[in-house]
Amino acid sequence: MAQLTMIQAITNALDNELGLDEKVLVFGEDVGHNGGVFRATDGLQAKYGKDRVFDTPLAESGIAGLANGLSTQGFRPVAEIQFFGFVFEAFDQIASQTARMRYRSGGRYNCPVVFRAPFGGGVRTPELHADSLEGLFVQTPGIKVVIPSNPYDAKGLLISAIRDNDPVLFLEHMKLYRSIRQEVPEDAYTIPLGQANVVREGKDITIVTYGAMVHTALKAAEQWAKEKQLEAEVIDLRTISPIDLDTIVASVKKTHRAIVLQEAQRSAGAGAEIVAQITENAIFHLEAPVLRVSPPDTVYPFGLIEDEWLPTPEFVIRGLDKVMSL
Amino acid sequence: MSTTVKERSVPYVQVLDENGKVVDSNRLPKLSDEELREIMRRMVFTRVWDQRAVRLTRQGRLGFYAPVAGQEGSMIGSEFATKKEDFIIPGYRDVPQCVWHGWPLHQAFLYSRGHQLGGRIPEDVNVMMPQIIIGAQIVQTPGIAMAFKLKGEKRVAITYTGDGGTSQGDFYEGMNFAGAFQLPAVFIVQNNQFAISVPVSLQTAAETLAQKAVAAGIPGIQVDGMDVLAMYSVTKEAVDRARNGDGPTMIEAVTFRYGPHTMSGDDPTRYRSKETESEWEKRDPLIRFRTYLESKGLWTQEDEERVMEEAKDAINDALKKADAVEKMTIPGLLESMFETPTAPLKRQIAEFSGQEGN
Repeated sequence: MAQLTMIQAITNALDNELGLDEKVLVFGEDVGHNGGVFRATDGLQAKYGKDRVFDTPLAESGIAGLANGLSTQGFRPVAEIQFFGFVFEAFDQIASQTARMRYRSGGRYNCPVVFRAPFGGGVRTPELHADSLEGLFVQTPGIKVVIPSNPYDAKGLLISAIRDNDPVLFLEHMKLYRSIRQEVPEDAYTIPLGQANVVREGKDITIVTYGAMVHTALKAAEQWAKEKQLEAEVIDLRTISPIDLDTIVASVKKTHRAIVLQEAQRSAGAGAEIVAQITENAIFHLEAPVLRVSPPDTVYPFGLIEDEWLPTPEFVIRGLDKVMSL
Repeated sequence: MSTTVKERSVPYVQVLDENGKVVDSNRLPKLSDEELREIMRRMVFTRVWDQRAVRLTRQGRLGFYAPVAGQEGSMIGSEFATKKEDFIIPGYRDVPQCVWHGWPLHQAFLYSRGHQLGGRIPEDVNVMMPQIIIGAQIVQTPGIAMAFKLKGEKRVAITYTGDGGTSQGDFYEGMNFAGAFQLPAVFIVQNNQFAISVPVSLQTAAETLAQKAVAAGIPGIQVDGMDVLAMYSVTKEAVDRARNGDGPTMIEAVTFRYGPHTMSGDDPTRYRSKETESEWEKRDPLIRFRTYLESKGLWTQEDEERVMEEAKDAINDALKKADAVEKMTIPGLLESMFETPTAPLKRQIAEFSGQEGN
């Protein structure tokens, strides 16, 4: 089995699905001949032709609208938003149009679209490239939001997203693109959307997280175990809309304490929703309040202070200690 | 040194003048007597329907309604140039085109009232629900047109917006995509002079809206939108070009809405004069086409009255049908969010079905 990076696993998933289903189309800015600014679509145009893998004019609303129109006529578009910070240009087409098509047509039309976008901090991008805007879509009815934390999951989740008959936002953390290699099967396989993964078992506290923060959580948990002889359970949500409440609640019932770790700013967003769900469904199992461990409520920071702003394992440990002390 | 690198002209097309006289016989479309009578029938029907819809809205029997009187020429003429397999992507006022393309009238009423079943367009009717966000339909049109092109189907995507819609970025993006990919699409702008209250003169410095097509590299044509034959002729040409793989076209139909923007409180006397209104009413699409047909012996007072009765009956039937549709339920709406409800939605379905307390 090949050892692949996450970006290679994503290319591999697109390759599989383009090969298996002629209705799958891949397009966006620079995704054709150039293979994408991160090379996610490298070699795909040469293999599948310009009708199926192609460059579009530089206009995000146009790209999302194109995906919307194609999807109502039976295609399965995988549209790339070059950086997720550019998504506001396409917000109407994604949130107001594509996400509500099935609902407003009473099921007459549906939009099996995947909107892919690189996002996430720690790689010194110019402004408006790294922002964690996923919370905006968690609040949007009618679209699923998937954020993989490793190459194996990225492939299985992306294939599920492409085969889903409803729109899916698929967010790829830039820091994970080439930092991890994993064994990834060559053939297509799926990981169900909406299913979390317990990536570290523990009895003392639950860390609910997703994306690149899964790795920060794991580092924190290891260090904390050594220093305090306490075991944190780490849940990788993988899909943040819908969230896998059963897995979270089962863990909290075991550990009785929880933090939610996210790279997005603190207020509202996915983390707040998870805290609310834990409170509604497991409050009598809790021995302490559930803490949001996250960056502060500033705009995504300037490059020179990025590392201080993003949660580190030490920052997470302070959160764990705080909840244990309550 | 300076030279001209590109010049493009914007044609203006009129076939019948305000008095119903043929002014451009070369442009006179090849339509049978029956087809000409059918166009008149649809315009009369639509005018009656519009008048009735305005009253029904005031009585609370319809919900959201954007009056169409004055625009029958651009609406009926352009739709008549399409085939049933062509796909209409309408703005919110473009309900007549959708109904004449096959959207059942009672569903249009349900849409107006705010019922989900209004949008459940029959499988064999090639229409999208009316768009509320100005311009959003314009960027979806290339997607629908590209689907036809990729499948090798000889079908055309036709979208509508108004003068205000041409100010949206999406308007340019949609035309530009269609041009860049040479897609079978037709963009129709019904320039009815006011975007709610804002006149075209405040909307843009462009002398015509048709010239906005030039920037996208596609043909732009201005048409007397109150001349149904000109509208038919120009749209037919655009649709044929698109069908033959010769790319998209933008059409500006110069027209006027007699009524308010919508029935939700707009008062046109705040932004336009009686003189302006009566100037436009002189160009009325029904009057001039009726005059033309009468001169050819193709339309009589009896025809007119018969269609008015037909329209009244059809509207009454559609209202009865709309009244008989079952009410929506919250669990039903939750069920319709995805192909299969997600786990959180399943919990909410149970909660709102009263099967589970919260």
